[in-house]
Amino acid sequence: MAAEAPPAADDPALEKRVLDLAAELRCLVCQNQTLADSNADLALDLRRQIREQLKAGKSEKQVVEFLVDRYGDFVLYNPPLKASTLLLWFGPFLLLALGAWLLARRIRRQAAAPAPALSEAERVRAEKLLGGQ
Amino acid sequence: MNKRVLWVIGLFGALVLLLAAGLGLNPREVPSPLVGKPAPNFELPLLQEPDKTFSAKQELGKVWLLNVWASWCVACREEHETLVAYSKSGGAPLYGLNYKDQRAEGMRWLARYGNPYRASFYDADGRVGIDYGVYGVPETYVIDKRGVIRYKRIGPVTPELLEKTLVPLVRELERE
Repeated sequence: MAAEAPPAADDPALEKRVLDLAAELRCLVCQNQTLADSNADLALDLRRQIREQLKAGKSEKQVVEFLVDRYGDFVLYNPPLKASTLLLWFGPFLLLALGAWLLARRIRRQAAAPAPALSEAERVRAEKLLGGQ
Repeated sequence: MNKRVLWVIGLFGALVLLLAAGLGLNPREVPSPLVGKPAPNFELPLLQEPDKTFSAKQELGKVWLLNVWASWCVACREEHETLVAYSKSGGAPLYGLNYKDQRAEGMRWLARYGNPYRASFYDADGRVGIDYGVYGVPETYVIDKRGVIRYKRIGPVTPELLEKTLVPLVRELERE
């Protein structure tokens, strides 16, 4: 199916608002793209919706609400910060902190362990290797 | 040493379980926020009788199914046989939302593959689809007597889904 030609930019300011908002929304067909980037039919339809609503005087917030009411939170490209997404947002930092703590613990334990005593032969060899004589 | 091995095995096992659970999910599925909300009203011309219209409100008081389909939709062919069989079994009325299609193509498709719909209506530019949160075709909605969407299926209706989920749900809603 051929895609319809994009409307002539008779109002570049409006088009900019449309694309700015579309860049924050997700294309539900090509789910890794924003509505601004995607050329899927649904993306074209939703950009048209955004354009019509902004032109009719709706605010960006109202347009987003319109879409979230129909498609859910997934239509937002950035997941909202809610109780259900706390782990999504902060999980990586928590894992990083956990990893750092485990590493720190290990290093401290190794530092506290006394160095093993060298035998006479080992001591001589070590000195030779270290360049002393 | 033993304790550490146990920890590693335990952690690995937990990750395997998470992976198994994740592989069973469909990452493309977008659950609808409309389940539990009133089905948006609309009025659209009938596919086969364009001078007549269908409005969602006219089904108030009845349990009905809304199936979103199109002649260009390959997956719709997968479920079509199941839907035709269902329509013959005397269940809840099945209506078709012909989504972003060409009227003539839609009618030709029904003539060729069978028509399970009590009526199909023509959503040329997909605006009613947007109101229903349609993002892929086919999709099927179950709507109750008060006009509330009670279930949405994303993807083809399989005989198993029909038997295990849709038919029991319709029966339950008809008792309300």
